Amino acid sequence: MPLLEFNDLSVALPGMARPILNGVSLTVAAGEAVALVGESGSGKSVTARAALGLFPAGAAIGGHVRVDGADLVGADAGCLHEVRTGKASMIFQDPRAGINPVRRVGDFLTESLRLTGGWSRARAGARALELLTAVGLPDPVRHLRQYPHELSGGMLQRVMIAGALTAEPRLLLCDEPTTALDVTTQAEIMAILRRLQRERGLGLLLITHDIDLAAATCDRIYVMYAGRIVETGTATELLTAPRHPYTAGLLGSTPPLDGPLGRLTPIRGVPMGLLEAAPGCSFAARCPHARPGLCDRTAPDLARPAPVQVPASTAQRGPALVACHLADEIDGRPAMAAVCASPSEEDR
Amino acid sequence: MNTAPAPAPVPTPAPASPGGPLLQVSGLRKTYSTGGTQVVAVDDLSFSLHPGGALGLVGESGSGKTTTARMLVGLERPDHGQILVQGAPIAATVRGRAARLARAKAVQIVFQDPYLSLDGRISIGTTIDGVLRLHGCGDRAARAGRVRELLAQVGLGDRESAALPRQLSGGQRQRAAIARALAVEPAVLVLDEAVSALDVSVQAQVLNLLSDIRRDTGIGLVFVSHDLAVVRYVCDEALVMYRGRTMEHQPVADLLTAPRHPYTRLLLASVPRPGWDPDAIGRRRRALDVLPGDTGSPTAPTAPTAPTAPIA
Repeated sequence: MPLLEFNDLSVALPGMARPILNGVSLTVAAGEAVALVGESGSGKSVTARAALGLFPAGAAIGGHVRVDGADLVGADAGCLHEVRTGKASMIFQDPRAGINPVRRVGDFLTESLRLTGGWSRARAGARALELLTAVGLPDPVRHLRQYPHELSGGMLQRVMIAGALTAEPRLLLCDEPTTALDVTTQAEIMAILRRLQRERGLGLLLITHDIDLAAATCDRIYVMYAGRIVETGTATELLTAPRHPYTAGLLGSTPPLDGPLGRLTPIRGVPMGLLEAAPGCSFAARCPHARPGLCDRTAPDLARPAPVQVPASTAQRGPALVACHLADEIDGRPAMAAVCASPSEEDR
Repeated sequence: MNTAPAPAPVPTPAPASPGGPLLQVSGLRKTYSTGGTQVVAVDDLSFSLHPGGALGLVGESGSGKTTTARMLVGLERPDHGQILVQGAPIAATVRGRAARLARAKAVQIVFQDPYLSLDGRISIGTTIDGVLRLHGCGDRAARAGRVRELLAQVGLGDRESAALPRQLSGGQRQRAAIARALAVEPAVLVLDEAVSALDVSVQAQVLNLLSDIRRDTGIGLVFVSHDLAVVRYVCDEALVMYRGRTMEHQPVADLLTAPRHPYTRLLLASVPRPGWDPDAIGRRRRALDVLPGDTGSPTAPTAPTAPTAPIA
């Protein structure tokens, strides 16, 4: 049984043209690092919050979210409390927004242990010290006495990771945990998250807009567009042979750090807002392959595409799924680049 | 290991000469004092930019790259050093309309967040029209034509021209901000993390626009960014800053393939890619002692001492 399981989850707000999440299914097993990649407005943060049973007020919810077997959709307060205090923890993008600026770091770390666990001050303090050491802070004894403003963003994010670990969760949800940080700090934070995840056998769900970061740190990747999962597979599969035109478009939009430097091939148009809806594939309007009469009529299901010839290094293909009518005809990056090379509309 | 190259050769401030550098920066220094401590934000920064050239200023937070951008457009006054645009110094203080317009013509800037830099109450077209009027284009019909031309250059049409900033997407707003800056026909365009907040598919559109502008106008770009891959795409030279000091200044291709400064090597290794080993980066960072104790706060660092081993 997976640690985290989304089963056909839909979240719809009244007054919006389309659901925020539309039939999202994903799993994270214990000891597995999984990434959810998408651009702003794709629904990836709503997904992360749903894993804690946090849904937008007034939303109509369909499907199931299970954490360690417990279904959070329609769950009572006791069940939600149990999941949030003992099974799943979340790390957010901006550490300063999640910590009381007038209380010491030590208070932040011991508060939940003392309030919900009933721990003594001394025992909670010792635990906080142990956690600050585990996240690699240089001087944990001193940091316990410090205020948030005395720590840099990277150090404070480590404090937040330590805070997330106080509950000894089995599932760690990380919503853009390094987006506000410098690249060298990002590397350190990701190293800590991966080490903790491996050592403690945690399930880790990394929400990010950065497909390269996802591929560098996670085993499997889900790509989200307009509230749907459009493609999933191993990091290697997605980077070397993306099957969904959106995934290929993301890769074609990312300037490479090495190798040949051709003109970028942006995805034309802009991501679909919540006030827009498409009867067919939500990416059809931006897709260079879209076939009129098919793609704009019916929404494709997430399905296994026909196998393609892949380089020997990627021969061991995982459970790749793609939601595209034309997935069997589209074969990865090179084909995409050729199609997108026509300069006509792409920059508009 | 510490074979750090000397910073870029300090250009001798020369009088204006046709074909000379568009922008010459020499010995720039800026300090702030906060609570009695002196913080050196930028120290002894020198570079030059030729017509059509593009220089990337690369660094992490607290490196002084934004302070540099602000000095280039006259938002901060340097303590020492000189900024020459087409041979003429950027005046430290600007008094009067003519001087202000002259500075606007020399250097324009595009900020990270176009929401904060465009007036939310007037349409994009009106904003640009106002810039043209300010710079002496009196004829209404001529201005309207020029507004349309400028917006077309950045891929925006009449619909966007009539829209308020909040009615546009992030990418469209940033393009409008670029069109507004280009309306002045500046010699140098400074972009301060101008694509950082954009989604990758939209960022690619703006990056292509910037390379078109370079090709078509001969404007000089100073491109401030923390993203080496983006700098590689837009610029031909890159200058790596750390705590106000120049660590390395090279053509981008050389900087990426043969980085000479250990800090540049660390920055490069930090970029996520397949086979990435963040553990090793953490170890290298500590081993180098480049960033002692992860003090990301700009007030923490003190000025490094030796110019060839800039990190004390």
